[in-house]
This record gives sequence, structure tokens and C-alpha cells, in this order.
Amino acid sequence: MLGPRSQHHAGRLAARAHRLSGVLLAVFLPFHFLALGLALEGAERLDGFLAWSDQPLVKIAEWGLVTLLSVHLLAGLRVLALEFLPWRDARKSWITAGGVIAAATGLVFLASALA
Amino acid sequence: MPLPAILFLAQRASALVLAPLVLIHLGLAIYAIHGGLTAAEILSRTQGSLGWSLFYGLFVAAAAVHAPIGLRNVLREWLGWKGVGVNVVLAAFGVLLLLLGFRAVSALTGV
Amino acid sequence: MSDTENTLQVRVWRGGEDGKFQAFAVPRREHQTVLDVVTYIQRELDPTLAYRFACRVGMCGSCGMTVNGRPRWTCRTHVDTATGGSDVLELEPLRSLPVIRDLATDMTPFFEKWQKAQGRATGTRSRADDTHRVDPASPRRQAADAAIECINCGVCYAACDVVASDPDYLGPAALNRAWTLVNDDREGDRKGVLAAATAGGGCHSCHSHGSCTEHCPVELNPSAGVAGLKRLSLLAMVGGKV
Repeated sequence: MLGPRSQHHAGRLAARAHRLSGVLLAVFLPFHFLALGLALEGAERLDGFLAWSDQPLVKIAEWGLVTLLSVHLLAGLRVLALEFLPWRDARKSWITAGGVIAAATGLVFLASALA
Repeated sequence: MPLPAILFLAQRASALVLAPLVLIHLGLAIYAIHGGLTAAEILSRTQGSLGWSLFYGLFVAAAAVHAPIGLRNVLREWLGWKGVGVNVVLAAFGVLLLLLGFRAVSALTGV
Repeated sequence: MSDTENTLQVRVWRGGEDGKFQAFAVPRREHQTVLDVVTYIQRELDPTLAYRFACRVGMCGSCGMTVNGRPRWTCRTHVDTATGGSDVLELEPLRSLPVIRDLATDMTPFFEKWQKAQGRATGTRSRADDTHRVDPASPRRQAADAAIECINCGVCYAACDVVASDPDYLGPAALNRAWTLVNDDREGDRKGVLAAATAGGGCHSCHSHGSCTEHCPVELNPSAGVAGLKRLSLLAMVGGKV
């Protein structure tokens, strides 16, 4: 078994975050589409859903989704850069920067939602 | 061309398409959530807009390619599900995303 | 020189895949390597312990083991480095390879994949021909040189998560070798190597975790080589060649 010293290097942690965020987003996607599809049944139906989504718990879930999407986007951009640009090192500083940017994006969203 | 090579190409190509779309989507989400969402506000932006219908149409198509390929890797590597079954189920998931996604785009834009 | 008050608690994997750990107490010495510890156990405590080594100086690549959860060369790893200052050393065989017994793994699948990736030179000249001249400053030679020092120790292979979960994946070492060959002007079958490295279980299975690069004892970057193969395969795909 690999221990923590082999499991917790930055590249592997970034890959884990990339994968977990991807799985959660993929599971969420059909429900996102179904909710938006409510508009087919009229603006009132969509408004009913939006009113339900205005509660704090749902707001927190939305904040989570925005953060997950940011994480997935930035981790994916790093993989694309590693694979298609001629970098010779693992660009680990990008991982920290990406984490900070993703967290900041989530917080800006939350601030905007609560304001 | 071997299947892994095709899936790799499709995954990276769809990622390149998705990256700018996700960026705009995130920006729009932060902007639109401000002061709460109403159906009237959303629909006034999207109804009858060919631009938004193309934007979201492309978004849905790229996501419907991207998500099943990623899930396929996860199912193969973490759950050891490697037969034809996993390909069939995930192809079906891709079609489901495509149908639900286009339905949602059509609901929002009326196009 | 042995200090009886200063002993190392060593947990050693015994048996095959379904074996278990056995505890040994080994006297601590200055500049002691992990291989020194294993050799002490085999010579002084239990002669039935199975392990593999040859050169003891980081040239042969046969003494790879999992040391405190990290795949390493045991001959070039000091005990202090491996334990991080503690008194506990845990030794297991390399991951993702069949265990023969104790710390010795069967490297056959590793070398079979090396061949499957066509990781062997195909010559184009005979002894009657002039020497093939290669410009050492050319970008392709530099790419090959950066990856050429691999000694097939299997540490990257054991570190790789994709190898661990997908037995078909050729792994970082074999693909790194393929990368040196497709950049080698003397290689007679570069298309064949690229096709082998691109087939099922080839470079496209890699997710760029970078565990190979993180663990390579020679500080090579197999991850960059596999990415290079991905780029070449896409170019070949666009050209309809793979």
C-alpha cells in the first residue's frame, strides 16, 4: 500500500480534486437541465422552483457547485497545459494558485447571492 | 484509430470548447444571482435569442461528450467496470444529457 | 559501533500477496541505508528472507521496494530519509507487481509491457555502414537525452495510480522508453513505436497525476514524455497515420 508520503503530493491531490469535482458535476448536470426545463411549463413553474432555491441550504449547495466548477475548470486547464504545452516541470505552483482562485470564485458568488 | 485514442481526443477537444464557455457561465452566474433570480429576468435575457441558444447548445453538446468520458475513466479505474456494459451505459448517459440539455435550452430560449 | 539502546523497529512483509508483516529489531547505525537493514535481517535474524539487490550503488535497478509507503530504491535511501526521523521502518514489495515472496516481486509484467510499447531499438544500418551522426543540440536529441537515463527499476510503475487500477496500462517506464525512441534519429521504426505506445493501454490512459515524476529516483520526468507521446499521437491522428 502506498502511504501518505506517496499519496499526498500536489499533483495527485490536484488530480483527486479534478476527478471528484467532475463526478459531482456530472451527477448534478441532469438535475440542472430538468430544473431549467421547467420553463417549458411556464414562467410560474420556474419561479416556483427559484423561490424554493432561495433558501439558505440551497444557496450553500449552489456555492458548492460554483466552487466545484471552478476547481474542475482550473484543474482541467492545468492538465491541458501539462499535456499540450512544452513544460518540463509539474507546474505545482499553479495548483496552489488554482485552489485560491477557485475558493475566491466561490466566495464572490456567495457574496453576490447574499447581497 | 483505437478507442482510447478517440476518447482522449474527444475529451481534450471538448475541454477546450468548454473552458471559455464555463468561464462565461461562472461570470454570468455571479452576476445573475445578485439580488435573487426570477423567471422573468432569466427569460428576458434568453427568450428568442439565437446567440444564447447557440452558446448553450454548444455548451450542452460539449458537456454531453465530456462528462460520460470522464465517468467512464472513473468507473473503469475505481470500480473496475470494464466491459462493453460501461460503454453502453455511459453512451446512454451522454444521450440523456444531450436530450435534457437541448430541452432546457429550448425552454429558455424558445429557439 | 552498534548501539543497543538505539534500535530500529522494522516491519517486513512476509509471504506472498496474502502475507503479513513480521517485526524485527535492527541496530541503528550511522549512514545506514534501507538495503543495509534488509541485509542485516537476512544475515543475522532470518536467513529465509527473500529480497533482490545487485549493485548497491543505484545502477542496476533491482532493489526497489515500498519503504514506509513510498516506492524507492533501497540502496540509495538512508534510513533517516525514509523514516523521517522516527524509529519505525515498514518494508513491502513494490506495488502493482506479483509478489514472489517477501520483498521480491516478479518483474515479468513490467518487462513484457516494455516490449509491448516496442521499447527496443530497431536498427537501420549494419557494421559496414558509416556511424549515424546525431546532432546533440537538436531538440529531438535533447528530448531523448532528458529521458534516457532510466534503469528499469520499476519505482515509477509502482507509484502510478493508473497502473494500479488498470492492469492493461503500459506504465510510465515503458512509455518513457518509447518517447526516447520516437525522438531518436537512429530508430528505424518510429511509426511502429508510436503506434504501440498509442494502442489500448498506451499513453492515452495516463491522467498526468505526475506520481512517476514525483518518485523517479533518477529525477526523470516520464509524465512529460507520456504527454509528448500524446501530442505526437494527436498529430498522427490528424494526419490519419495511427
